[in-house]
Amino acid sequence: MILLAFILLPILGAFVAWLSSAVHRSAPRWVALLVMLAGLVLSAGLWWQVQDDVYFVGDHWLRTFELPWMPRFGISFSLALDGLSLLMVVLTFFLGALSVMVSWNEIKERVGFFHFNILFVLGGIVGVFLTMDLFLFYFFWEVMLIPMYFLIGIWGHANRTYAAFKFFLFTQAGGLLMLLSILGLYFIHHSLTGTFTFSYFELLHTQMPLEANRWLMLGFLIAFIVKLPAFPFHTWLPDAHTEAPTAGSVILAGLLLKTGAYGILRFVIPLFPEASHYFAPAIMLLGAIGILYGGKLAYAQTDFKRLVAYTSVSHMGFVLVGAFAFNALAYQGVVMQMITHGISTGALFMIAGSLYERLHTRELDRMGGLWPALPKMGVVTMIFVMASLGLPGLGNFIAEFLILAGSWQAAPWITVAATIGLVVATIYSLRIMQKVFFGSSQREYTLPDLSLREMLMMVPLIIAIIWLGVYPQPVINVASRAMPSVAIHSSK
Amino acid sequence: MNTTMEGLVLAGILFTLGLISMLIRRNIIFMLVSVEIMLNAAGLAFIVAAARWGQPEGQVMFMFILAMAAAEVSVGLALILQIYHQLKTLDSDEASKMRG
Amino acid sequence: MQWIYLIPALPFLGALLLVLTSRRISKRGVALIGCGSVGLAALVTIIAGLQFMQEGSTGYTQHLWDWVSIGTFRIGMDLRLDALSLAFTFVITFVGFLIHVYSTGYMTDDPDFARFFACMNLFVGAMLLLVLGDNLLLLYFGWEGVGLCSYLLIGFWYKDPANGAAARKAFIVTRVGDTAMAIALFLLVQHTGSLQLSTILARAQELWSVGDPTVVLIAFLLLGGAVGKSAQLPLQTWLPDAMAGPTPVSALIHAATMVTAGVYLIARTNVLFIISPSAQAAVAIIGAITLLLAGCSAFVQTDIKRVLAYSTISQIGYMFLALGVGAWSAAIFHFITHAFFKALLFLGAGAVIVALHHEQDMFKMGGLRKSLPGVFIIFLVGSASLAALPFVTSGFYSKDQIVWLAGAAVGGSAFYSLAAILGAFITAAYTARMVFLVFFGHEKTYVHHPPGPVMMVPLYILAVLSTLAGFVELPHTLGHLTLLSDFLSPVLPAVVTDHGSVALEWGMQGLTVALCAFAIWLAWRLLAAPFPAGLKEVLKNGWGFDDAYNVLFVRPFVQLAKINRKDIVDKLYTGLAMITQRFHRMMSATQSGILRWYVMGIVMGAVIILSVIIWRQYAGHVDIKMIQR
Repeated sequence: MILLAFILLPILGAFVAWLSSAVHRSAPRWVALLVMLAGLVLSAGLWWQVQDDVYFVGDHWLRTFELPWMPRFGISFSLALDGLSLLMVVLTFFLGALSVMVSWNEIKERVGFFHFNILFVLGGIVGVFLTMDLFLFYFFWEVMLIPMYFLIGIWGHANRTYAAFKFFLFTQAGGLLMLLSILGLYFIHHSLTGTFTFSYFELLHTQMPLEANRWLMLGFLIAFIVKLPAFPFHTWLPDAHTEAPTAGSVILAGLLLKTGAYGILRFVIPLFPEASHYFAPAIMLLGAIGILYGGKLAYAQTDFKRLVAYTSVSHMGFVLVGAFAFNALAYQGVVMQMITHGISTGALFMIAGSLYERLHTRELDRMGGLWPALPKMGVVTMIFVMASLGLPGLGNFIAEFLILAGSWQAAPWITVAATIGLVVATIYSLRIMQKVFFGSSQREYTLPDLSLREMLMMVPLIIAIIWLGVYPQPVINVASRAMPSVAIHSSK
Repeated sequence: MNTTMEGLVLAGILFTLGLISMLIRRNIIFMLVSVEIMLNAAGLAFIVAAARWGQPEGQVMFMFILAMAAAEVSVGLALILQIYHQLKTLDSDEASKMRG
Repeated sequence: MQWIYLIPALPFLGALLLVLTSRRISKRGVALIGCGSVGLAALVTIIAGLQFMQEGSTGYTQHLWDWVSIGTFRIGMDLRLDALSLAFTFVITFVGFLIHVYSTGYMTDDPDFARFFACMNLFVGAMLLLVLGDNLLLLYFGWEGVGLCSYLLIGFWYKDPANGAAARKAFIVTRVGDTAMAIALFLLVQHTGSLQLSTILARAQELWSVGDPTVVLIAFLLLGGAVGKSAQLPLQTWLPDAMAGPTPVSALIHAATMVTAGVYLIARTNVLFIISPSAQAAVAIIGAITLLLAGCSAFVQTDIKRVLAYSTISQIGYMFLALGVGAWSAAIFHFITHAFFKALLFLGAGAVIVALHHEQDMFKMGGLRKSLPGVFIIFLVGSASLAALPFVTSGFYSKDQIVWLAGAAVGGSAFYSLAAILGAFITAAYTARMVFLVFFGHEKTYVHHPPGPVMMVPLYILAVLSTLAGFVELPHTLGHLTLLSDFLSPVLPAVVTDHGSVALEWGMQGLTVALCAFAIWLAWRLLAAPFPAGLKEVLKNGWGFDDAYNVLFVRPFVQLAKINRKDIVDKLYTGLAMITQRFHRMMSATQSGILRWYVMGIVMGAVIILSVIIWRQYAGHVDIKMIQR
């Protein structure tokens, strides 16, 4: 039941927020914030409840929920939650609350509709993380897409229409391939067993011919690595991130990209284990190329948000490398990377937004020497820049170390390339600090340092990233509750 | 047999005449008239075919064509009046606003 | 013993306090927190050390909490205090404390006083974590932590972009080495399933025979990390530039802490190096070559801090040489004495620099022995130790041990001895040159601020230490005392000598001393002599490594980045979009609005469809007829 609440809370909240704009201009903000905080409390409470039985062996599903929907077609409203989904849901509400706070002053037009879109996209994301029915999964997959399109297209920066279009086309093209694969799986399952079902649990054991296995897997995979995004499909991301409003960038980087990673872990590998093993080297190679290529492009950018966007490409390459290494270390690293990347990149986008609010530019060449004016922001930025280059003591290091230590055992040379990515990460990350805060400024800025609201956003992020860096064990314990599905396939 | 053939040839000639005049005329009224001619040619073909097979459907179809032609003429003439009213021309090429 | 966690925790806490309160407390408060935290850590270290020696235990491990634990792969937040880490911890906290105290005087006018002390505390904390970590991941934590702090401190005066560039260079170049080290860790995880130092070292001997390719690879990769952090060939280029930071930072980074991390790493993983002889030989070779190259470069520098920087590289080369020949405790001995006298020299140089209003060019100094007599004496003590003047300086005893063992130890050879002796000669020469240039000759500048007692007291303490610290180890020829190597023996294997006699040792000592004296005389003579310009340029730029790296790595990377700023992959998709759009335009061209075209289109379509139908029917007839025949 609580799973249904997780989904309904943001979606109903979305309508309430929209309607409440008639009451007061700021009402949607408060509604959205309260909804997100309620979700955060609920999901954190669930985490607290289950933390003791994480060592429970056997079925790793912590909570399930099922309602018949269209039984004739084998479609049901089936939700389930394991450690992986739980972490993702907590992350969604956490970043969701922050993205509401970050747009407090930024969004002045159509406030009601904006928050409707934010909550709706978050509802879709939660749905994606919880659904165990492929039809419903596709449904939520599309639900997240359209509000995001509006967020970019209406409240974005100058080139927003182009970016929104590009985002939509890429994701939609990938989504259609996935739909084809879902239907293919559906019909193959029917031809083998005589039952029509979209249920994840039943499709999991479909024994299909190898050829079909590979093609269907590619359909799923492409949808997810477009979203991730992996190397040749990444070009929508810099445009979308750059043009989106800050909250949009935070949700995109922090959550939407994670749905791709989640899809790989939840669907691609368990549903198509043989094909996954077959394609694993090629996919890991794509990941490694993404790490280096994304890092190199990040270095070349002059637009702050664009730079951070390319760092996402680089960091998500680690996810791809780790996910297809098929061992516990790499898997834990991938889960960790999903969380820490959401936090650190989200924070960097928030900083970019705060700087834009003050300077009205995103051009790095027009910044510089801001440290004396903005010392607090400088410290905060330093922390997240260090997180992004993988400094030990911050969560990203644990993630990247585990991924690389795991993938080393599967593919040493690819791991070497990925490790070189750490050097590239250093180069582009330090460039941010140098270009924005260090050096001398042409003019004497008198800018307001971080406000109370901004500190309220940043402090939880800092605490989270340090906590994940020095004591990640609670996350690892919970994530291990999703292990069997992956571990089974690693045994060979 | 022969009458059928002759009737169909007549219908074909009428249709071709209508088609050619449709293609070469620029005045919209004449184009409308050409359309009527083609419709009637088709109707004639129906009648001839009905007579050949001794079936009533062909004549039914002709009734439809008549009714449709009447409706078409009334709507078409109204449109032509509007075009003339607004553009002061009945030349179909000049009336075109498209820049394809 | 149960509060050894306080040793790294105190500086971290100090840093945290300073960051949180930065602009709200007075300079006095900042200084109190900054120095106090490190001072307390030093106190805890001394108490723990006394207790440790009293109990005579081989090591004490403290488990704080599970850091990462996945299945059988377990890494704890564990600290370990044994002889080796105690020696390092002592030097770090004690010298660190003195440098902190000195800094309160040196940085007193800086507006970013609090930031400075926050970074310094963080630095000391990270370094302590490095030496106290019981597993390689925790060591790596501290390892990267000092990298970060060096970045923050070298680029402390951020207004000048050159300082920022130097800071980034330090971080990035050391990160290159760290990458190698990370891969070594992956290999260790794969083969031993653990990163716990004791487990690794125990398992290594079971798993691998001597010279096994895997362990050789691991040792080489660890060496890569050590080379980066300790500024040895070929990753030494960052250190001379790192002088962009405030002078106490140089003292902290280049004397007591960061650069010796590589020495610590190799000493700590000595088992791995012992069973991979080729890697250990590489350590010695790198050390030998580095000490010569850096020494030559030090001889032609004009900036006093750059002389000291190159001398640091060169002295760490000695430590590497010692490690490479298996003289483990000799390396640690030299590390300790070097920490004292190099900190003394840097801080002394800092006093000179401040006195001359941030003048660092030695050729603009001169005759300072009269205007700064206190600094002169101290600097002389430090220089004597660096140049290894016999009998009274600590540097003599530690360097003599390395010179002797470079040839006499099992792993040693004549080449190493030659390099060590030659290195001693060069060291004496550039040290003498520096002293002569700065303190002798006629006065060229006016002394602005003579250093106050806050700066001088740490210098006096260091001066005493850099003289006395040598007497814990005496060579066979001079009394044969082995306090330090005995102390370290539970952790580090004793050196095995196979050739050489007391007579030879006497001979080599005599030779070294004579060469030193000759070098000092030569430096005095050559002070004004012209130096071949081309050679001078090469030496001054550190043998052109920087230029080579610029051409080989930096420029291609930057160029590539610049060329591909717009992301060439995106062209694929914009190309696709363009093709689609062109097609659309072609289609929309047919929508001309000319009715007759439309009619024509309909007619053509009807004709085509009809002809297809007729043709098919006709063809069908033919088929049927053909079948009927």
